[in-house]
Amino acid sequence: MENRALNLLDEALGLGYQTDPWPLRGKVVLIEDCVETSGCFVLHQLLKRTLSSQSPNNTVIFLAFSHPLSHYDRILRKLGCNLVAQRENGRFFFFDMLKLLCPDEKEERNEKGGFISLYWKIQNTIRALPENNKNHATIMIDDMSLMEVAAHGSSDHVLDFMHYCHTLTSELGCSLITLNHEDIYTSMERPAFMLQIKYLVDVLIKAEPLATGLAADVHGQLTVLNWGFCNVKGSSNNKMSNFHFKVKENSVEYFCPGTRT
Amino acid sequence: MAATKTRICSFSRNISAVSAPQLPGIKCGPNGTFFVSSGIPDLDKILGGGFALGSLVMIMEDAEAPHHMLLLRNFMSQGLVQNQPLLYASPAKDPRGFLGTLPCPSSSKDEKSRNHDTEQEKGLRIAWQYKKYFSENIDDHKVNIIAVQWWEWMEISLASLHSYIADSKQEFCNDFDLRKPLERHYYSGQRVDCVSIKDSPNPATLHDRCATFLAQFPRNDGSFSCLGRIAIQSLCAPQCELSNMDWDILSFIRSLKSMLRSANAVAIITFPPSLLSPSFCKRWQHMADVLLSVKAIPDEDKELGKLLTGYQDMVGFLNVHKIARINTQVPMILEATTFSIKLQKRRFIVLECLNQAPIDGSSGTSYGTSGGCSGSSKSGALDF
Repeated sequence: MENRALNLLDEALGLGYQTDPWPLRGKVVLIEDCVETSGCFVLHQLLKRTLSSQSPNNTVIFLAFSHPLSHYDRILRKLGCNLVAQRENGRFFFFDMLKLLCPDEKEERNEKGGFISLYWKIQNTIRALPENNKNHATIMIDDMSLMEVAAHGSSDHVLDFMHYCHTLTSELGCSLITLNHEDIYTSMERPAFMLQIKYLVDVLIKAEPLATGLAADVHGQLTVLNWGFCNVKGSSNNKMSNFHFKVKENSVEYFCPGTRT
Repeated sequence: MAATKTRICSFSRNISAVSAPQLPGIKCGPNGTFFVSSGIPDLDKILGGGFALGSLVMIMEDAEAPHHMLLLRNFMSQGLVQNQPLLYASPAKDPRGFLGTLPCPSSSKDEKSRNHDTEQEKGLRIAWQYKKYFSENIDDHKVNIIAVQWWEWMEISLASLHSYIADSKQEFCNDFDLRKPLERHYYSGQRVDCVSIKDSPNPATLHDRCATFLAQFPRNDGSFSCLGRIAIQSLCAPQCELSNMDWDILSFIRSLKSMLRSANAVAIITFPPSLLSPSFCKRWQHMADVLLSVKAIPDEDKELGKLLTGYQDMVGFLNVHKIARINTQVPMILEATTFSIKLQKRRFIVLECLNQAPIDGSSGTSYGTSGGCSGSSKSGALDF
């Protein structure tokens, strides 16, 4: 396991060079996708990498707005990661947010649609972690557009929540990985919400369909923008990489454009 | 829920989930999903088996044509024929009236009488069927009558085999005859719940009706006592007051989806995408597990007529944008995403891949740019 070949996504995220400290520590990762190409698989890959045995201190707090646990459990089991076992080991915390709805408008002002209490829940979960794991928590959100729906369209509440979570990344060194749908915002004149979120982001992963349409062996392309990417020599620079992918049940194949015919 | 059980090994087999479903109208799918039929055999085939239980299907309507009703009617009829309760919501004043327009399954007796014609009639039928080819291509091809008859015979024996199989167990999917109305006893009982969304000020009433309806079908491990179907027609249509409550409706859809996930039911929502703002339209599309769109064929589009074979029989196009990905991360890639909707003998809905007619003088050059069919998949245009 230790010296397996790195895939292009791991490389682009800088996961290959070191596992301790965790390269994504303290970072905010945003995965963007669209109706034609779902970016869920990136989330699954990162979930698996985070919980893999190479980094035993990592903990994941998963806020699921779109699917029940059984969905993720089945997918991750095929990837070789047992979420139920991890949950019992105290490394995986699943928050089922499928039915979270913001209360009435009056209460909303005090409660912010339950997001404040959600934040407290997250913070308490992190506080309760053993000392070694405290600084290795990852918060994953699937997905942000549904959070907006849960907040009844008041994206300010979602933004507030994201800012709060962002303080966790800077204070405790947590990382924040979220999924969002890019095409919702492209038609807006001033997508303030999206711009604000992007301002927080350290790594942007974009999943898009190929311009040439559907193909059976290339499912789409990923663009990874890594701001503040530290290479081996320690100098910091921005890095952008682009590659194609094919999603399978037990893995994802990444390859450079043009290497498949 | 299966997930609550402790499993030490990641690869242990979940035995309870493997047990075959007992109810007719359910089929095992991959990844622990179960399929119910859409009521159109071809659509089931395209989607890899049917609509997955617990999924939300959305159909984008053509603003100028009622083609979504074709899909909706067959979906509803299929459920009623299989004794499944139905919730139907529509912006019409009297939604129950719509039930009178549902198609009836063509009985196997009918099928037999259609197939077991006398020899002469069969000959006539062949001649009639192939007449168009004779008139079109008489110079190019001489159709061998014996081969045709042999083919016909094969078809009959296949059909009788099928009807034999169908007789021995209840069908997963029926062929619906659009010209025959569904018999009254299928929908006269308590099983059909109709809601008019015309005068409701917010989606709360519809939400409550859906919630009480879905509460009848809780999902517990692998056992099916009953399953339900929800059909919501033209949600957000201008005639209902809901049309300017974007966020309310979105949260209704979201909560419907989450309720479906834990129920043995499937829901279809049809909506007019042109009436939504582009960003909300995308939000709706992201909500869908299965996303389809229908489009009518523009009258007498001669360029398109030249481009496609069998153009005169088509009534519209069906686009498949998204296929349900429940319990899996692998997308299902179709060979084609655009299908023509044909009415076979004006009775049965048939979906076919588009066949491009040979164009004179062009050998394999870009057909995408000609005749108003752009090749880009994003614009939702035709692709071959």
